Amino acid sequence: MSGEMLRVENVSRRFGGLLAVDQAAFFAEQGRITALIGPNGAGKTTLFAIITGFLSATAGRVFFEGADITGLAPHLLARRGIARTFQITQPFAGLTVAENIAVGSYLHHARRADALSAAEKVAHEVGLGSMLGRRASDLTVAGRKRLELARALAIEPKLLLLDEVLAGLNPSEVRDMVPVIQTIRARGITIVMIEHVMQAVMSLAEQVFVLAEGRIIAMGPPDAIAADARVIEAYLGHGAAARMRGSAAHG
Amino acid sequence: MRSYGIIALVVALLACVPLVTSSNVVLNFLVVALLIALVGQGWNVLGGYGGQYSFGHAAFFGTAAYTTGILQLHYGVNAWAGLVIGIAAGALVGAITGALSFRSGLRGSYFALVTLAFAEVLRIIASVAPITGAGVGTLVKLDLRWEAFQFQSRAPFYWIILAFVAVSLVIAQRLERSRFGAYLVAIRENEDAAKAAGIDVFRVKLAAMTLSAAITAAGGCFYAQYFLFLDAGIAYGPWISVDALLAPIIGGIGTVFGPLLGALVVKTLGEVTKHLIGDAPGLDLVIFGCVLILVVAFAPRGIAGLLRRRT
Repeated sequence: MSGEMLRVENVSRRFGGLLAVDQAAFFAEQGRITALIGPNGAGKTTLFAIITGFLSATAGRVFFEGADITGLAPHLLARRGIARTFQITQPFAGLTVAENIAVGSYLHHARRADALSAAEKVAHEVGLGSMLGRRASDLTVAGRKRLELARALAIEPKLLLLDEVLAGLNPSEVRDMVPVIQTIRARGITIVMIEHVMQAVMSLAEQVFVLAEGRIIAMGPPDAIAADARVIEAYLGHGAAARMRGSAAHG
Repeated sequence: MRSYGIIALVVALLACVPLVTSSNVVLNFLVVALLIALVGQGWNVLGGYGGQYSFGHAAFFGTAAYTTGILQLHYGVNAWAGLVIGIAAGALVGAITGALSFRSGLRGSYFALVTLAFAEVLRIIASVAPITGAGVGTLVKLDLRWEAFQFQSRAPFYWIILAFVAVSLVIAQRLERSRFGAYLVAIRENEDAAKAAGIDVFRVKLAAMTLSAAITAAGGCFYAQYFLFLDAGIAYGPWISVDALLAPIIGGIGTVFGPLLGALVVKTLGEVTKHLIGDAPGLDLVIFGCVLILVVAFAPRGIAGLLRRRT
């Protein structure tokens, strides 16, 4: 079962004179982890914001499970099963971890007791089981990232968009988080992740799209992407790929 | 269930006051304090739980007061029917102002200013419109029968406003334990995260504002019955908007008992200053301002927050 869960067709977004996203097109297959990588300012987060309804697209369309969802409001997309995390964590700062997650759980559990018990389950899944009574504002960076993930999972999504959930974590925290994401995928949730931590992209993603200056410049499995000259140049500048080949030959 | 028990206990204790004293001064003081507690609880639903700080709850208070007053005076409508219609009218004004300001995406001080503007516009209209009696005011006809929602003594008024407050306490308590309340608090804490969680932010805010306006409107109707006189400055004046937010902020914003605690403290302070320094106009507001600064600086969750930290 590798039908298309999400398809983005030639989406553009202009901010005044800046074309942040330029006819970007990509897709995510059901049950797999798709990574969206690219240098800073490439338009990844803008693209996420368009997919999740937080920003409107200047042009282009977004399809979810075959239906056109372009321009739908964020809460309607959430109800259809699209969850997102925020790059800059957005906790309900004054609430406890359990209450934070329960806000999402209420979507499918109208009663408070049910929502709280569903929230507790999600908390255990992401490793926050011991922090349920802690206030969100008291969490460490790693804790807040886990809470982002938990709040997204709480709405019981089909598609999960992760915006740099590993950024700001130290290597051992990244190692702890990778299996959490693998478990989520194993439950059948389709994942699209924006990520800078390449070690994680290599070990998690099955399909990688590279966004640079608003355009998709490459796609393929992770190892092919890592060797792609266009990708190396997008990150390291013009001519970098040739120089690397040269130094590899000499060394 | 324990929290409902506390509400029942507090209300039962307060209900005993007229059995202990028949002093008009004491009862009058408590009636006014409870009225502010009710109006403040209305503000608290939207401002305390929802984080939308209104500066114009007078719009709902005044609309309800005038609605019931005018219906009785000019159309011979029964006062109890007037109460129901007045609450509905206040809620409607809440829904309209809410729809307009939330649809335009107004937040924070912009929302506060727009609500103030609505109340002021209504005040100015009421001060010239013939139906409100313009400058002369609206005098509700004296008719001291319970069918007309008027009483010989203060005690029945006291029990009625206490019953209103009890209902508002139960509403706040239910809010804390319900999905709607959780959504409202989520919006207060982080609107974007709330949207991502599937919350229809506009609808939840609108519902909260309508409920908030309805509770405050009940206070407006009660005012009309108790004082039997309204003019534009009373019904739509900033005094009620200020009292509506002062009580919950001082008592404990976003807490069930905050508005009640705050109203008792604010009204007590007002009486004490009056006795000590005399009735210099505006002096009570100076004192309230100072208390407000102290509370915001040192006890952001008000008196209720302080009590909770101790226990």
